[in-house]
Amino acid sequence: MSFDDWILALHVLSAFAFVAGMVIFWVLIVAVRRTDTPEGTIRMEPIVKVGNAAVGIGAGGTIVLGIWLAFSYGGYDIWDGWIIAAIVLWAIAAAVGQRTGNAYMQGMNKAQELQAAGQTGPNAELLALNRTQNGVLLHALATVVVVLILIDMIWKPGA
Amino acid sequence: MSVIASIRPDSENFPLFVHVLGAMILVGGTLTGASALAFARGEARHLRLGYWSLLAVALPGFVLMRVGAAWIYSRSVWDNLPEGTDDPAWLGIGFIVADLGALLFLISLIVGGIGVRRLQDGKGTGLLKATMVISIVLLAAYVVAVWAMAGKPD
Repeated sequence: MSFDDWILALHVLSAFAFVAGMVIFWVLIVAVRRTDTPEGTIRMEPIVKVGNAAVGIGAGGTIVLGIWLAFSYGGYDIWDGWIIAAIVLWAIAAAVGQRTGNAYMQGMNKAQELQAAGQTGPNAELLALNRTQNGVLLHALATVVVVLILIDMIWKPGA
Repeated sequence: MSVIASIRPDSENFPLFVHVLGAMILVGGTLTGASALAFARGEARHLRLGYWSLLAVALPGFVLMRVGAAWIYSRSVWDNLPEGTDDPAWLGIGFIVADLGALLFLISLIVGGIGVRRLQDGKGTGLLKATMVISIVLLAAYVVAVWAMAGKPD
């Protein structure tokens, strides 16, 4: 295996980590919809951290190693249309993903606030925050963008 | 062999998309399941969440991945190699992880399913711990398979 083959393998592994993180958040989005207690919400935090780590490593690895490959791999250039498209889509996914995180952190912050105040029972406001429609839409949008990146990477239009 | 592997006809693009998307869902579902089971600390809700992540996310991902793999294989040169020529190592690794992994995955689902049923009686955490351990082993195997499929070692 050449050095570029190793970089390609790590690039693809990063892409898997990115999508795995998104899958984690889909499962959490479904799970948290029935969670109306501070404790139940806070108990999701370790899984959120795994998701954040997967998305962070995945997003960082795909862009850094992807750009490396664009310069290093024979036959591809950074200004190729499909590579520019992938970078633009990656930036959109990252921005939308950050907004999704902010939407769901409102529920987590509220849960911590309630717990600090000694309120451990069900809370309607917390449930409403955990069921954020905005968050679901943003995560759906980020997912569509990531699938478009995958399509772009496989079909390589214009290459 | 690696030259053949790097040349991919357009007709393989869609099967490859199905294969990779399925594999990504499989890895995501397995990571979710393993994480939920690992952080459950005996709590039934999280144990169920972990098990259902494996059953409702990772399993469909596995089916998609395996169907995509068989589809590509049937269209590729690897299915028509001259007699006496072996498949390349990266393809062998993929097959071993997929098929042996399927067996392990099935065992983890059966063991976990019994565990989830026993949660009603306050039991079953040990069985779900076994499911978690198998899931972590599978995750490690999937990392090796993705590395092999993408890097294509000789």
